[in-house]
Amino acid sequence: MSKYLLIESRDPFETNDVAYYYDLASSLAREGNPVTLFLVQNGVLPARPSVKSDALAALTRAGVEVLADEFSLRERGIDAGRLAQGVKAAKLDVVIDQLAEGRKAMWH
Amino acid sequence: MADKKTLTFVMMDPPYENARTTTALRLVDAAVRRGFDVNVFAYEGAVYVPFSKQTPHANAVHGRDVAQEDHPNTKDWVLALVEAAQQSGAKIDWVQCGLCVDERGAGECVPGLRRGSPADLVKFSEASDNTLVIPTK
Repeated sequence: MSKYLLIESRDPFETNDVAYYYDLASSLAREGNPVTLFLVQNGVLPARPSVKSDALAALTRAGVEVLADEFSLRERGIDAGRLAQGVKAAKLDVVIDQLAEGRKAMWH
Repeated sequence: MADKKTLTFVMMDPPYENARTTTALRLVDAAVRRGFDVNVFAYEGAVYVPFSKQTPHANAVHGRDVAQEDHPNTKDWVLALVEAAQQSGAKIDWVQCGLCVDERGAGECVPGLRRGSPADLVKFSEASDNTLVIPTK
């Protein structure tokens, strides 16, 4: 078992391969690996309740921790208090913490 | 501190084009302010991030002069990171890929950085607790 940090910077409304990255996160979690999906930049757009948010809710049900960068949310006018189901706002420091603990990290 | 961690960040994007540059510098900032030692390997267009000949500009479209425009230059952000590292007791080792520098004519960079080669990235990775590659799209 390994711990994973997957960073998603892309907008699923613009780029279909975001779904494949979500699938990777889900698959890793279903195999029993602790997984954090950290949304940043336009990757936070589905954190605002919308048609693309169901995929994030499904990830949390699969055991993936889904976090959204507070700064990226503020930049885009997304209220951190009204995020999609299962998504939590977080500081970028979480990435530093998880890198320091040695998680396998990938940027998309 | 005995268990001081070292993190390596690999940057590839040129400045002023993508939010990845901002996020990469935010990550470096968060790490150095918390006292982590940080390595940065800047290659391809990212060697222009600390280019010392960057200058702020006015904005004629909006009728603003240089001072009013207050245009940010990434070289100043890099300098601020070096200073933040000095204040927090962190070490920041920023290597500019020499191959990428030469082919772009980007030899002038702000003080506190050094020229290197892809071999430095291997050394960084081997000596670090973790490495995050932030690639272009």
